[in-house]
Amino acid sequence: MTQHSLSGERAAAMRMLDIRPSRGWRFVNLRELWEYRELLYFLVWRDIKVRYKQTAIGAAWALIQPFFTMVVFSLFFGQLAKIPSEGVPYPIFSYAALLPWTFFANGISQAANSVVGGASLISKVYFPRLLTPLSAVLTSVVDFALAFIVLIGMMLFFRIYPTWNALWFFPFLLLALMTALGVGIWLAALNVQYRDVRYVVPFLTQLWMYVTPVIYPSSLLHGVWRTLIGLNPMTGVVDGFRWALLGTGEAPRETLCVSAAVSLMLLLTGVLYFRRMEKTFADVI
Amino acid sequence: MSDVAIRVEGLGKRYRLGQRESYRTLRDALARGAAAPFRCARSMLRPGYRSTAKPKSEPFWALKDVSFEVKQGEAVGIIGRNGSGKSTLLKILSRITEPTEGQARTRGRVGSLLEVGTGFHPELTGRENIYLNGAILGMKKAEIDLRFDEIVAFAGVERFLDTPVKRYSSGMAVRLGFAVAAHTQPEILLVDEVLAVGDAEFQKKCLGKMGNVVEEGRTVLFVSHNIASIRRLCPRGLVLDHGAILMDGPVDEVTQRYLGVQNPEVSERIWTDTARAPGDDVVRLLAVRAKNRSGAVCSRFDVHGSVTIEINYRVLKEGHQLCAVLELLDATGQLIVVAFDRYTDGPWGKQSPCMPGFVRSSWLLPEDFLSPGDMSVNLRVFSPPLEPNAAPHVRELDVIRFAVADGMDPGSVRGSFPYAWGLPAVRPRLHRFTERLPSAEACPEAEAWPKKE
Repeated sequence: MTQHSLSGERAAAMRMLDIRPSRGWRFVNLRELWEYRELLYFLVWRDIKVRYKQTAIGAAWALIQPFFTMVVFSLFFGQLAKIPSEGVPYPIFSYAALLPWTFFANGISQAANSVVGGASLISKVYFPRLLTPLSAVLTSVVDFALAFIVLIGMMLFFRIYPTWNALWFFPFLLLALMTALGVGIWLAALNVQYRDVRYVVPFLTQLWMYVTPVIYPSSLLHGVWRTLIGLNPMTGVVDGFRWALLGTGEAPRETLCVSAAVSLMLLLTGVLYFRRMEKTFADVI
Repeated sequence: MSDVAIRVEGLGKRYRLGQRESYRTLRDALARGAAAPFRCARSMLRPGYRSTAKPKSEPFWALKDVSFEVKQGEAVGIIGRNGSGKSTLLKILSRITEPTEGQARTRGRVGSLLEVGTGFHPELTGRENIYLNGAILGMKKAEIDLRFDEIVAFAGVERFLDTPVKRYSSGMAVRLGFAVAAHTQPEILLVDEVLAVGDAEFQKKCLGKMGNVVEEGRTVLFVSHNIASIRRLCPRGLVLDHGAILMDGPVDEVTQRYLGVQNPEVSERIWTDTARAPGDDVVRLLAVRAKNRSGAVCSRFDVHGSVTIEINYRVLKEGHQLCAVLELLDATGQLIVVAFDRYTDGPWGKQSPCMPGFVRSSWLLPEDFLSPGDMSVNLRVFSPPLEPNAAPHVRELDVIRFAVADGMDPGSVRGSFPYAWGLPAVRPRLHRFTERLPSAEACPEAEAWPKKE
């Protein structure tokens, strides 16, 4: 018992930690993630603050991307190509899909580069490495929230009033979040090993958008094609958003089940792969 | 494991050399995968997979079979050459990287200061970075709020709290980073050479704060190349060499041996070729040596023996006043003694010039004066008065070295007491005496005290 021993309650709060080489596969340590929730908040807060600090347009950046994409789509796909839009004006038809889509695309793109970009933190401080892609995707949620306001404005403009079904948009958002996390975590871990993954991501996002009924309605496809794009979890999200907010189409029940299953599998396998690879991050980065 | 804060058993960390040369590309992996799908998929899932099979992949053990224990409240200094594994050890204890074998156990919250200002973002203000850095180092927001004012006061950046950090001077940024880290109050603090940056005042402040941390009963592992600060802060030292523990013991013993290993003692140097001897066209050095009281050149001296430093030099040109100055430094580079010789006595700058020829100067360092340790000698010969930027005729740093040891003979006061009595620069035998005063009247300060009944 030394002269400078710590007080009783502090001694009780001290935890023993075992550091040894880990073998095999391990799953996510949810308790640890919860312990570090404040750090997660600060990482998201940092990214948002930094993003908007020196831009003159500030928060409007989150709105500009989906909005102008919608304008261009309406011009070329709505007017010129005359793609059917299930009874609602094409602009709002495409915007309701662009909203979750932009969230997904930006989410995975930022997550893919998050671990490599956060190399200075990862090699100097311990925290659960999953926080890095997680914070990247959550930052996109904030952008989503801002762009959502524009959707409300557009709905008022086109005089489309939401029914109680509109509340369903929240589970669909969660599905989009889960998918973005799953794909983002995969890409983040892959990018550490194979540095050219970040160049693949824009290409991947573009292709994925064509496979998702953003520009066109999913009712345009039939039979085996419909089933195939149903495997894409974002199909369920986009159909769901349109049904919940605009009332087009029918409740995508089967698509939802398939999408949720695929999305969950992506997330679980992504987490397993990430956790397996993260022990070498600090050495390889 | 009642009062042990850190226990390390057989810890080892292996890196594969050649892995950092080129990042593997997905393109290569896909091409390979197309050729042999299953084998490829299986090996891809193994961490550390390398797509190109290079013949050389020798393992490099940054740490091998390291075991030690640190009790709660102990401060341990870790020293070693570059590449000896000190930073790797701290990284493993901070859980930044995983060990390849062995295990370590820590008790309590571990705070690691591997770099000052980790996570600082230049676009955010000082205030925002304090919160961000604090969160990164593991503090909760409530804790940061509580210690915010202390942190700002320690860093001295009250006026600049709302300016983006990119506008801070590097000194301010470093101070702020250290201030946040110093207030995280972990039970175990791991510090890795963060004092290398910053000015002298900052280093003093940091050391002071770390001293407080030790006094509060926290455990500290301190890695540094600054031997003096390690000696000041840590009573125990650990030397790492090529990934293994070389020495573990009281800090002054360990640092003496560590520095001794690097510095061979050469206590005599002779130059036979005037053209290549140190000096210029006025003065050339011929020899420098350390002699004991019998006049023999030696490199190890007893602390009770005198040391004579003798130099021979040759004056080539006439008309110059000359003065030689001796500097004695200890193993940490601390200056202990400065001594001048004057060829002829007289006011500074007004002595008579030297005649050409051979000169010998010597300085006698008395017995019972120097502290045990390795000594290094600097020598300059110049013409007084020397302007601050003018070059001396002869300037030889670290020209000879010798060691002073305390024989610990039983007859002395010290006897066989093995521990160091502090780390003084010199320990002279001072003239002193002690006497018992005959009465209270002889001691004027005793007037205020109550008289004995």
